[in-house]
Amino acid sequence: MEQVNQGVRENVYPQAAQALYRTLSQAAISAVTPIAAVLVALAFGATLLWLNGFDGTDVVTVMIFGSFQDTRSVAEILLKATPLILIGAGLCVAFRCSIWNIGAEGQLYVGAIAATFVGTSIDGLSVWVHAPLVMLAGALAGAAWAGIAGYLKVRFQASEIVTTIMLNYIAIILTSYLVTGPMKDASAAYPQSARLVREAWTPRIVSDMRLHIGILVAVVLAVALYIFLQRSSRGFALRVVGLNPHAARYAGMDVRRNVMIAICISGALAGLAGAFEVAGVTHRLYQNISPGYGFEGIAVALLANNNPLAAIISGGLFATLRSGSEVLQITSQVPQVLVLVIQGMVILSVVAFAKFRDKFRFVA
Amino acid sequence: MSAKPFLRIDNIRKRFGPIVASDGVSLEIEEGEIHALLGENGAGKSVLMSMICGMVRPDEGEIIYRGQSVRFNSPREAIRQRIGMVHQHFMLVPNLTVAENYILGQGSALKVINDMDKVDAKIRELSDRYALDVRPDAIIEDLSVGEQQRVEILKVLFHGIDLLILDEPTAVLTPQETDRLLALMGDLVKDGKTVVFISHKLDEVMRVSNRISVMRDGRVVHTVNVGETDARGLARMMVGRDVGMELPRSPSAPGPLVLSVDNLTCRGETGLPAVRGVSLDVRAGEIVGIAGVSGNGQTELSLALSGLLPVDTGRVVLNGKDITGLGPARINASGFSHIPEDRHKHGIVMSLSLGENTILQRYDQPPFAARGMLNRRAIGEHTRDLIKRFRIKSRDENQRIGDLSGGNQQKLVVARELARNPDFILVNQLARGIDIGAMEFVMEEMLKQRDSGKAILLISTELEELFAICDRILVMCHGEILGELPPERTRLDELGLLMAGKRADVVQPPLAS
Repeated sequence: MEQVNQGVRENVYPQAAQALYRTLSQAAISAVTPIAAVLVALAFGATLLWLNGFDGTDVVTVMIFGSFQDTRSVAEILLKATPLILIGAGLCVAFRCSIWNIGAEGQLYVGAIAATFVGTSIDGLSVWVHAPLVMLAGALAGAAWAGIAGYLKVRFQASEIVTTIMLNYIAIILTSYLVTGPMKDASAAYPQSARLVREAWTPRIVSDMRLHIGILVAVVLAVALYIFLQRSSRGFALRVVGLNPHAARYAGMDVRRNVMIAICISGALAGLAGAFEVAGVTHRLYQNISPGYGFEGIAVALLANNNPLAAIISGGLFATLRSGSEVLQITSQVPQVLVLVIQGMVILSVVAFAKFRDKFRFVA
Repeated sequence: MSAKPFLRIDNIRKRFGPIVASDGVSLEIEEGEIHALLGENGAGKSVLMSMICGMVRPDEGEIIYRGQSVRFNSPREAIRQRIGMVHQHFMLVPNLTVAENYILGQGSALKVINDMDKVDAKIRELSDRYALDVRPDAIIEDLSVGEQQRVEILKVLFHGIDLLILDEPTAVLTPQETDRLLALMGDLVKDGKTVVFISHKLDEVMRVSNRISVMRDGRVVHTVNVGETDARGLARMMVGRDVGMELPRSPSAPGPLVLSVDNLTCRGETGLPAVRGVSLDVRAGEIVGIAGVSGNGQTELSLALSGLLPVDTGRVVLNGKDITGLGPARINASGFSHIPEDRHKHGIVMSLSLGENTILQRYDQPPFAARGMLNRRAIGEHTRDLIKRFRIKSRDENQRIGDLSGGNQQKLVVARELARNPDFILVNQLARGIDIGAMEFVMEEMLKQRDSGKAILLISTELEELFAICDRILVMCHGEILGELPPERTRLDELGLLMAGKRADVVQPPLAS
């Protein structure tokens, strides 16, 4: 069938137009499926809400557009999008290398711990030095935390799915211990760390809004990771290892090394997200520093089809849904669990549509 | 042949997606015989047997057992009709005892537990009768592979069978265990049972069976009584393909020594020795062939040479440099090219483009990479050049290689490996699964490489491939090089004998009469 189609095209279009047509149609297929997946999920969600006695379409509309009221609320969405884009883009790299890092949540927590440590224990540095130092500490801690799982995988063939999940618990409980014990702010009643010194704070974009430059860093890094994966030699090796480790070995690639690099990159971005939460948003370390960004980041990467560039958009979408659900809680009686159900549906339909796309690719 | 055979398979077909596993197979098994099923890997032996024992259901055709058409939906239904199979991969629960494994899925738990003493007694009785040495309370994971196999055989005997099917039973056994198993097959037949066993080892087939059926490409191509043929005849039936291929070529002019392998030993996946003391030399400007029935250590030999399998003992020297155990990256960089046996596993990445597959080894070297970034222009130019030179049918260098035909995929692998300008080329199965046109093309290309002074080692199970381009042929059997022959069709008989593991002076007596 393909042969026939090509034959027809060859006669009608010149070579360059053909190539452009293919690229565009492939891009269209790639873009259409996640959008369709989201729409289907929202339709299901609306039906579910309607069955529960709510005005389904109205609620869904609020969920998506309700949070776009003014600049301030858009800034809040972008604030939530920052960790989601960072974690999602990082996980794209790991997933492309067939490393199933489920531990971004834990990597975020250790990133936050490291950032807090650097942000509270040093004083007298300029903001130009201290703020980047905090980010670097978070990224390195996240990479190291992910590196533990990576090492266990390459050395002992321990499943990274299991080890990263277990490391999540350790990181979260370690945070609780630190903010109730060694790092606790002595003057506070609640479990929290001391406040980071001013110079360690992530600079804000506009002084009276919480949005900080982390969103810019996230977008730049997502673009950089896209270029890394698609255009660099190392990124190529990571992809080959992920697609066919036997061929990678045959070609002389060091499979273990590439696995370590991929998991550490994803850990670094999750750690950086943790650093931004502390240095950019709360300025202190708390027990529940993340409302599950590390897990939602998996969905972000999934919706983006493991493309870091697309993770910018899918991270933005999940942040919008998250903000929308907060608006809903304030303005209507819709329980938050229903909002979570809708988010779950988005993920499920993305998976279903991904299967559909794979089938479609053979026909196209 | 008797009017009413014990088991008759009539024109069975089975497809798995695009792959035809059984292409109208017919076969008759007589009561009380040992019937061997012989054939290359992928000839369709295991699938056929799985259909008889209810593991797989045929798409078309009929199985007539004791005069009645039968259709089993599960192995349990087959067992009820007294047909049992021992699979190549054992189906035992490792942390249970022998007795516990036997009663799995047999009726209600309460009843079974009450009967446990009876189960133990029955196992002991069967074990004694056939000298199987199986204890009912032994835990599976403590047993050796050979013991586990006896547990499996006893399991089907325990359930009561008349027809026993064994799928490559000797593949995992030591020679001593093999002898024991072959003797057991004789005992079972004396007790009135019928045995069908799958193998691709000619010598053991000759020793025990009454009749032999040879399968090729999903069909039974010959059924012979054991007295009617010999190992060389069987070898020829197995590899088949009597089409002669004549490629014009000049006599070889071997130059200096390029690759020298000295007493190489390595183990296969099962941990058993697969390559046992192989020594060989390949000179510049010659093609050395390695013939042999598949599964005799050729796969492991090529993986060990290219650094993908650890070498136990011995040395591999390329251009005077010891490359033993250096790992694929450094071996690749030493002027070593490898056209692998399993194209989809090692040779290509199916979902990447032709261009990306072309730079699999050189993705971080100039001109394909500069300062850590891929040079897409250079990759594109290089790939387009190869597509043109090797006449690879494709849209352009950005097409997914998985969308190409097998022949065109292989051409790209050959093109890539030759483009790396190696001194030595290791080829395992040059023309597997590709059409005749592509086959001739890659063979001619190999001859050109030879004439330009490359050293080539061609491992193949296709004799025609070897005859067509090799300058001399080594024969491999049971992990050893048994002899060397010139590539002359008149020496085919000798070649067949060597492939069967028989040096001309050693003839083993058959066990079954």
